[in-house]
Amino acid sequence: MSYGLLAEFAGAEALLAAARATRAQGFREVEAYSPFPIGGLAAALGRPRTPMAVITLLGGIAGGLVGYGMQFYSAVIAYPINSGGRPLHSWPTFIPVTFELTVLGAAFAAFFGMLIMNGLPRLYHPLGQVKEFDLATRNRFFLCIRARDPRFDDAAAFVTGLRPLRIIDVPG
Amino acid sequence: MTPEHSTDPLPVLRGRHSYASVSDQIADVVLTRTPRWWYFAFFGTFAGALLFFHAVGYLFAVGVGIWGVDIPVAWGFAITNFVWWIGIGHAGTFISAILLLLRQEWRTSINRFAEAMTIFAAGIAGLWPILHLGRPWFFYWIAPYPNVMDLWPQWRSPLVWDFFAIATYILVSLLFWYMGLIPDLATLRDRATGHWRRLIYGGLALGWRGEARQWQRYETTYLLLAGLATPLVISVHSVVSLDFAVGNTPGWHSTVFPPYFVAGALFSGFAMALTLAIPLRAAFRLHDFITARHLDLAARVMLATGLLVAYGYLVENFMAFYGGNRYEIAMVENRLGGPYAPVYWTLLACNVLIAQALWFRRVRLNVCALLAISVVINLGMWLERFMIVVTSQHRDYLPSSWGMFYPTVWDLILLFGSIALFFALFLLFMRFLPAISIAEMRQELRQEGQAP
Repeated sequence: MSYGLLAEFAGAEALLAAARATRAQGFREVEAYSPFPIGGLAAALGRPRTPMAVITLLGGIAGGLVGYGMQFYSAVIAYPINSGGRPLHSWPTFIPVTFELTVLGAAFAAFFGMLIMNGLPRLYHPLGQVKEFDLATRNRFFLCIRARDPRFDDAAAFVTGLRPLRIIDVPG
Repeated sequence: MTPEHSTDPLPVLRGRHSYASVSDQIADVVLTRTPRWWYFAFFGTFAGALLFFHAVGYLFAVGVGIWGVDIPVAWGFAITNFVWWIGIGHAGTFISAILLLLRQEWRTSINRFAEAMTIFAAGIAGLWPILHLGRPWFFYWIAPYPNVMDLWPQWRSPLVWDFFAIATYILVSLLFWYMGLIPDLATLRDRATGHWRRLIYGGLALGWRGEARQWQRYETTYLLLAGLATPLVISVHSVVSLDFAVGNTPGWHSTVFPPYFVAGALFSGFAMALTLAIPLRAAFRLHDFITARHLDLAARVMLATGLLVAYGYLVENFMAFYGGNRYEIAMVENRLGGPYAPVYWTLLACNVLIAQALWFRRVRLNVCALLAISVVINLGMWLERFMIVVTSQHRDYLPSSWGMFYPTVWDLILLFGSIALFFALFLLFMRFLPAISIAEMRQELRQEGQAP
């Protein structure tokens, strides 16, 4: 069983053009690998948006609520103590800790949300078996048409037409 | 100035580079044989770090009586060092987060090691309040958790805010730094030859492959973290300043403290970043990536923040007289002419007078002069914190309870030991992790049109 067909390119523009052409040709299961982020590449593959902002917002709201709630509970309910005649629920002094925990909650949600959405950590991947793929973190750009794509039978002929540096059949 | 003069002609990158050459040159700093000087530098600083640990052990065994602190000066070197280190720990996140959001491309070459500097400095800073406690083994009482004593922290105290501010800052800086490292760890994994290196870097890279969708989420998250870190940087030193400003001690009870502390933090942070960058680029021949442009711009930031700090000094003294409070006036007179006056005048010479040399382009482009000025500013900023911490305590309202603070040899060992520990950690970082973000350098090459 094959994982897919991997085509190697020398530059970001070439990869971007190849990705657009592959999508236009009707392939759906296409992946692109690059050594740095390329603006518009994900959109060219039909994935224009990420939910990261929403995840981060939710994490921030949760952190802020936990932070404020913790202070309210401990200062008003669990351990009510008269401190210089201030009201038990002296909310302005609760703001710094609420702010810090909002940031902390949002940052944790952003970081771990990113890892989970990206399927990391991942110990094994079929592409790891391809020696040439090591260059994907150095200076080469790769396009992969997955074997599960319904039009995979046409892939070999199509990819040759893109004139890549190299074509590699990735075992599954 | 004409537009030609204000836009800098110095290039961000020097020489011709390709994706492969930047990747290899930066990764090989880590992957090739350890240079001989590194061993000397590391073991020299590590010996100092051991001395630090020894002094900490002795402090825990005997107590804070080994220091020069007493009543009325109960906050001595420990709190001075705390504020100094946490200030140094500000430049890293400022460079990575705020300059990223402001689209300052030159930050790319210096953000990684500045972030490492931030983490080590903030970590060392976090030790001081613990060391300074009479019973450090109870420090966790400041954390809120349900306990058999039925006690909770006092949320109205800036010291509790400080615990949350520092802890959040260290954790968020760590996430930000590690996240930036993930693609570069993958580069090291794919380039390393030894089995163990591949295994360790591969494990740390978490299986990163650089797929388009991964990059898309990564970039969005990186920007979001930068946006979160930006107010955080401002908040940390503001909260530290409230440790002082909320009390009613003359010289501390001032509304200018939060912005004045933040400016001072960036000032000393950039000074430390330059103190590290100049030897770093010489040692590993990174002149193509850390160019005169970076040093020049960092020096300008130092000049600007230094002027803000100078304004802080001015306003502090002006407000004492403008406010007319006799204790504030007495404190200023004591600061200018009392027993600690040499500290005050030295810090003014370091932070205000000598820093003005940075107006001159020739000075900013002279590596030796810039390094010397950075070291002088580090010293000046330490003296500033000493001035703030000690002068206000040693003479406050009651002349019958005035006193002096003199450091002991243990105060000095702990201060210099912490500096040695910082450099030892930084040397380890330089040796085992890429000191410049490789993925961002590649992106930079594409934007400059040097590579396809």
